[in-house]
Amino acid sequence: MLYLSPLIAIALTMLTGMLVFSAIGYDGFHAVKAIFLTPLLEPQRWADLGVKAAPLVIIALGLAIGFRANVWNIGAEGQYVMGAIAGTGVALLTHDMTGWWILPAMALAGVIGGAAWAAIPAFLKVRLQVSEILTSLMLSYVAVQFLYYLVRGPWKDPDGFNFPQTKMFSGDQVLPAIAEGSLVHLGVPVALLLALTAWFVLGRTVAGYAVRVVGRAPAAARHGGFDANRITWAALLASGGLAGLAGLFEAAGPFGQLTPQFPVGYGFTAIIVAFLGRLSPIGIVFGGLVLAVTYVGGEIAQSTVRLPQAATGMFQAMLLFFLLATDVLVRWRLAFRRGHAKVAP
Amino acid sequence: MTQPPDETASLRLALAHVSKSFPGVKANQDISFGVRPGEIHALLGENGAGKSTLVKIIYGVQRADEGEIRWDGHPVEIPSPKAARKLGIGMVFQHFSLFDGMTVLENIALGLDEKVPAEELKRRIKAILDSYSLPLDPDREVHTLSVGERQRIEIVRCLLQKPKLLIMDEPTSVLTPQEVERLFDTLRQIAAEGCSILYISHKLHEIKALCSAATILRAGRVVATCDPRTESTRRMAELMIGAELKSIERPAGTGEARRARLVVSGLNMPGEPPFGTDLKTIGFTAYAGEILGIAGVAGNGQAELLLALSGERRTASNDAVKLDGQALGHADAGRRRAAGLACVPEERNGHAAVPDFSLADNVVLTARHRLPLAPSGLIRQGAVDAYAREVIQRFDVRTTGPAALAGALSGGNLQKFIMGREIGQNPEVLVVEQPTWGVDAGAAAAIRQALVDLAARGSAIVVISQDLDELLELADRLCVINEGRLSEARPVAGLKLEEIGLLMGGVHGEAVAADHAHA
Repeated sequence: MLYLSPLIAIALTMLTGMLVFSAIGYDGFHAVKAIFLTPLLEPQRWADLGVKAAPLVIIALGLAIGFRANVWNIGAEGQYVMGAIAGTGVALLTHDMTGWWILPAMALAGVIGGAAWAAIPAFLKVRLQVSEILTSLMLSYVAVQFLYYLVRGPWKDPDGFNFPQTKMFSGDQVLPAIAEGSLVHLGVPVALLLALTAWFVLGRTVAGYAVRVVGRAPAAARHGGFDANRITWAALLASGGLAGLAGLFEAAGPFGQLTPQFPVGYGFTAIIVAFLGRLSPIGIVFGGLVLAVTYVGGEIAQSTVRLPQAATGMFQAMLLFFLLATDVLVRWRLAFRRGHAKVAP
Repeated sequence: MTQPPDETASLRLALAHVSKSFPGVKANQDISFGVRPGEIHALLGENGAGKSTLVKIIYGVQRADEGEIRWDGHPVEIPSPKAARKLGIGMVFQHFSLFDGMTVLENIALGLDEKVPAEELKRRIKAILDSYSLPLDPDREVHTLSVGERQRIEIVRCLLQKPKLLIMDEPTSVLTPQEVERLFDTLRQIAAEGCSILYISHKLHEIKALCSAATILRAGRVVATCDPRTESTRRMAELMIGAELKSIERPAGTGEARRARLVVSGLNMPGEPPFGTDLKTIGFTAYAGEILGIAGVAGNGQAELLLALSGERRTASNDAVKLDGQALGHADAGRRRAAGLACVPEERNGHAAVPDFSLADNVVLTARHRLPLAPSGLIRQGAVDAYAREVIQRFDVRTTGPAALAGALSGGNLQKFIMGREIGQNPEVLVVEQPTWGVDAGAAAAIRQALVDLAARGSAIVVISQDLDELLELADRLCVINEGRLSEARPVAGLKLEEIGLLMGGVHGEAVAADHAHA
């Protein structure tokens, strides 16, 4: 039943979306069809789906590790941006150089940038018991402002006609496509590989076991010799690092530079992906695809049904809403009683 | 089963052919028995024999699939606990549902079906306390009370409803001998006034002392009805488990000289707020081949002591805990286990085991340090499953296999699994808290035997328990923990029960202790 609730949530989202958009004067049926079915039915959209799903999957994998361990990193967006910034820093430093090592160096910088940003909530949580939910979320906005400052100030492309953007990355600095002429870049297979790795680590190693047991039963974890603080650190560093890597892939992939339009909320959308995938790495691959469908379909619906761009966000939010609601209803039964509540015997 | 109608009519409660099934289990099959007015009737049975299901049916928590319940001769439906209370059925659960931070009065008020003004309620509570001469202050906060006093709250809560049948679920499992005596006096008085009592317990000599009728359940069926005053405890235990009871065999000593294995000295540790107990300069030595018992009423530092020994909390001085001369006070739980110091805490769910993990996954929790289950960080699922299967087989854990969820096992079964998981690793020192708490007689005997056998192989064993009978049966030496202080260990042979009881009572049970001192 727990594995069925994502499907119920998707069905409810489609149904409600149809009704709501019909009610406000759009062609609800075709809007939902454009958003949820067209991207799957038209093969020329599939590459796009992969490119959109890859960063969502990579970020959600890290988040799921944290969520499993009861570490609630809500600020993947900030870590995603900081990863892109750190990687771009390397790209700007190496702009005049060539070599195969430049892209791996950028990727490493991306991981470190994201992890470093997540280290702040980790430190505050472990040392001062500050809620990581608040700190990680607030730090996202700091990261975005930092990006704005960089592209408008020190990192502005001098030949960019005063547009707020960095130089375009060089040939050695962009992600290669997996095949000649394909839109699909290296980040897509890497995302799948990471999903398999995460699945193996969570299910088959003591480290993964530690993450699961700390989240489920903290006292038992302590009894078994696991250090919850260490797991908090590891979970935040892992999720920050993966978000940072996703950010770098996005900068070195579809964007090829940093611009103020870079933060599109993948870090937040990935939370939906993680839950839709039941916090399981394999499930997250499918969850990432579903959300990618809504992004691609949202664009289709803009041109065919003239739906506003905000509709995409609305569908994604409905998805999370229905998912959480079905989860609650799958686990609990509603009981309506009259009078005041009594203490359970 | 087929009682003449006139006798059924005179019964307070009569069950006829009651059956209840859950998916895959027949919890109760064709159960018939009756309780007379003013009778103290024992309900005996192993864990999983169907006692709790039956009691839940009577108290309206669950509904029977088949069968009839008669109340004072009339067939009744009991759809909810509220309906049960309305009929006049009260129940004192094994686990109290009390709020630690609230007063006795507030707790009682919360459990009542109708709203009673505080003053009026206080007056009625006082009246009950006086008529049963129960010492209890309605304005004390619950966390300052001993377990015996907490139980009195539950009893008063029931008596306020003027019950005609009182169900007591394992009421003495955590009481001192004096508190037990006091409870029995109260129960006898309640029964003498005409209220029937359905008394659930594993402690057969208590049933002998208290009850005038007993219904024995096994595997969901009634296997016997007897008068416990004339039946031997051994015979009742055998009826209960359906086999002959094995006495604990003490193998001859290994002939080893008294070798200190676990030495604890000057162990100080502040309790965790808000209700933790401070440990104050605790010191003891556990020798190879012996079982050291630590008695005490719940909440006197037992849980804290276990955490300090297991490594879940480290001690300030590294030398406070030494295993075979190796200082371990600063080592974490994993390192202590690797060194051979294994601990089993009282709470099974969420502490000794993870309820929503499989048994195999629960093996990984504490067995990976001493057994090659995950060398180099990779879990070897084959080895884990094999060890889980070994434990299940050796300790007769009733389950479907290593993939079963720990939370799906009954409490006694899970305890057998947990004890088996630790004993199977042959620890040098094993510290267990409440090893047979809530475990049926047959399984308890098996667990105790396993502890005795482990000691005979040269390990040192520390048993922290509130069950004095268990300690007297198992331990070679006994000490008492009270308010975070540990008394000197003394050989069990020649110890007087009253003496231990008074030590256990300490400051907490002052009223009880004082009464006995004056007597």
